[in-house]
Amino acid sequence: MSKHASLERRRQAIYGWLLLGPAGVLLTTFAFYPSIATLWSSLFSRGTRRKPAEFVGGENYTDLFADPTFWLVVKNNLIYAAATIPISIIIALAMALWANSKIPAKGFVRTAYFTPTVLPMIAAANLWLFFYTPGLGVLDQIGSLFGLPSVNWLGQPETALWAVIIVTIWKEAGFFMIFYLAALQTIPADLKEAADIEGASRWTYTRRIVLPLLMPTTLFIMVNAMINSVKLIDHLFILTKGGPSDASKLILYYIWEMAFAFFDAPHAAAMTILVLLVLGIIAAIQFLLIDKRTHYQ
Amino acid sequence: MRRLVPYLDTFGAVALAIIWIAPLFFAFWAAFHSTSDAVNFNLFSPWTLDNFRTAWEGAPWLRYFLNTFLLVTVVLIGQFILTTLAGFAFAQVKFPGRDIVFILVLLQLFILPEVLIVENYAMVSRLGLFDTIVGVGMPYMASAFGIFLMRQSFKSVPIELHEAARVEGCSLFGILMRVYVPLAKPTYLAYALVSVSTHWNNFLWPLIVTNSPDTRPLTVGLSIFGAPENGVDISVISAATIMSIAPLLIAFLVFQRQFVQAFLRAGIK
Repeated sequence: MSKHASLERRRQAIYGWLLLGPAGVLLTTFAFYPSIATLWSSLFSRGTRRKPAEFVGGENYTDLFADPTFWLVVKNNLIYAAATIPISIIIALAMALWANSKIPAKGFVRTAYFTPTVLPMIAAANLWLFFYTPGLGVLDQIGSLFGLPSVNWLGQPETALWAVIIVTIWKEAGFFMIFYLAALQTIPADLKEAADIEGASRWTYTRRIVLPLLMPTTLFIMVNAMINSVKLIDHLFILTKGGPSDASKLILYYIWEMAFAFFDAPHAAAMTILVLLVLGIIAAIQFLLIDKRTHYQ
Repeated sequence: MRRLVPYLDTFGAVALAIIWIAPLFFAFWAAFHSTSDAVNFNLFSPWTLDNFRTAWEGAPWLRYFLNTFLLVTVVLIGQFILTTLAGFAFAQVKFPGRDIVFILVLLQLFILPEVLIVENYAMVSRLGLFDTIVGVGMPYMASAFGIFLMRQSFKSVPIELHEAARVEGCSLFGILMRVYVPLAKPTYLAYALVSVSTHWNNFLWPLIVTNSPDTRPLTVGLSIFGAPENGVDISVISAATIMSIAPLLIAFLVFQRQFVQAFLRAGIK
């Protein structure tokens, strides 16, 4: 009997690994191996025909830390994150509260909020180009009605990053709304009734009951928004190309530029490792928060 | 004051909705008007299809559409096969090392394929898949997210069904195909919608691994078409943009409920 059981166990193990095989091979090829290869190549100099790549240790990293553009890009990305994360969360919350309330035209409102989510970032950027173009763009036309001078939103360092930030918020808020909307629908109706009987104002109800109940959703959305602040850079290719004078350049765009425009793979690799570290920290936060979340419920 | 609140709500909600839809609306309007009429907001100007004609002739759009279609299909088929097998292994097969491997897979949720562009580009070139549609799709096939989703879905299947099929003499693979897969249909649908809209819209990676009109998906084609070097004007860009988002947008408007449900199911699990 025990022999039979061990045979069965061995069979299960073989099945298990066979089933995992194909996914395992691809995950190794396109995630694990590249991660390690990136770390490895970040420790070597750039090889040229005359001079093969040689081991330089942390030199690529010290180069980066000495590069003012790198710090500017880091600063830009921090601003990008610090603006897009809270603003899109707040807008998403407002959207969800409205889309869940009893108002006329609810269908239209929901569709309007969610539509940007299904568009490619490239298309979104093209749409906004029409807003930002100096002189001809919608923003300038509205401005000129009030006698304001024409502004080159994408062409000056002070506004370029913000123009990019607005497009990101526009794109992701409706997506986050969906999660809030789902969470709102799980709040039992008797809580609202109880609050009404107690004479609690709507503001009190929202602040003391709804928002705390939405907390797990907010954490989930926050992690997604953090990842997006690294990932969502496609619109830069259309709107600013990181300019003017790097004022709107974000890290992933800089990695792309380093690797595929300047052909400097080692420095791109070093930067990739730093981004992976940040993503690792976000992952750790998420795992800790998920822990909390189970306690919460 | 209390009476006013519902009106304020409606006003706020609708105002935000109008702001949110405005970029799309303006592009739509510009696409059907001549450039000078579009930028002057000449409300009574005639509608025209010239921009679409110009845009259509400016790039091999049909090819781009076909490429995008092939890409999302290849990715989806690959994902379905790989995530079904792996998800089943994690959900219903007991073997040593399973939990450690599962944690490794979860880690991949945070190693975004977008971040590893440099090494993945080298890998795809090494495999001889540079500038092929399979090369664009391959890094996304073993999706950790998909594996996780399938595992959750398979875990909710009652074990009695599994046992019953086994008693009937069904092999493990047969049980997977006849019991688990049919029961997970809603998950597959949800995953398909999320996957298709993600890869229809993907840009950075296809930009890197494609190098010819024969493989380039719509997003990359659109970005090249609209590049300032090409000197196309805003109405034509709007027409091209509207054209390339139309299929997905129409699908979304028709199947809105399913779309929203899909994103929810995919996100919450």
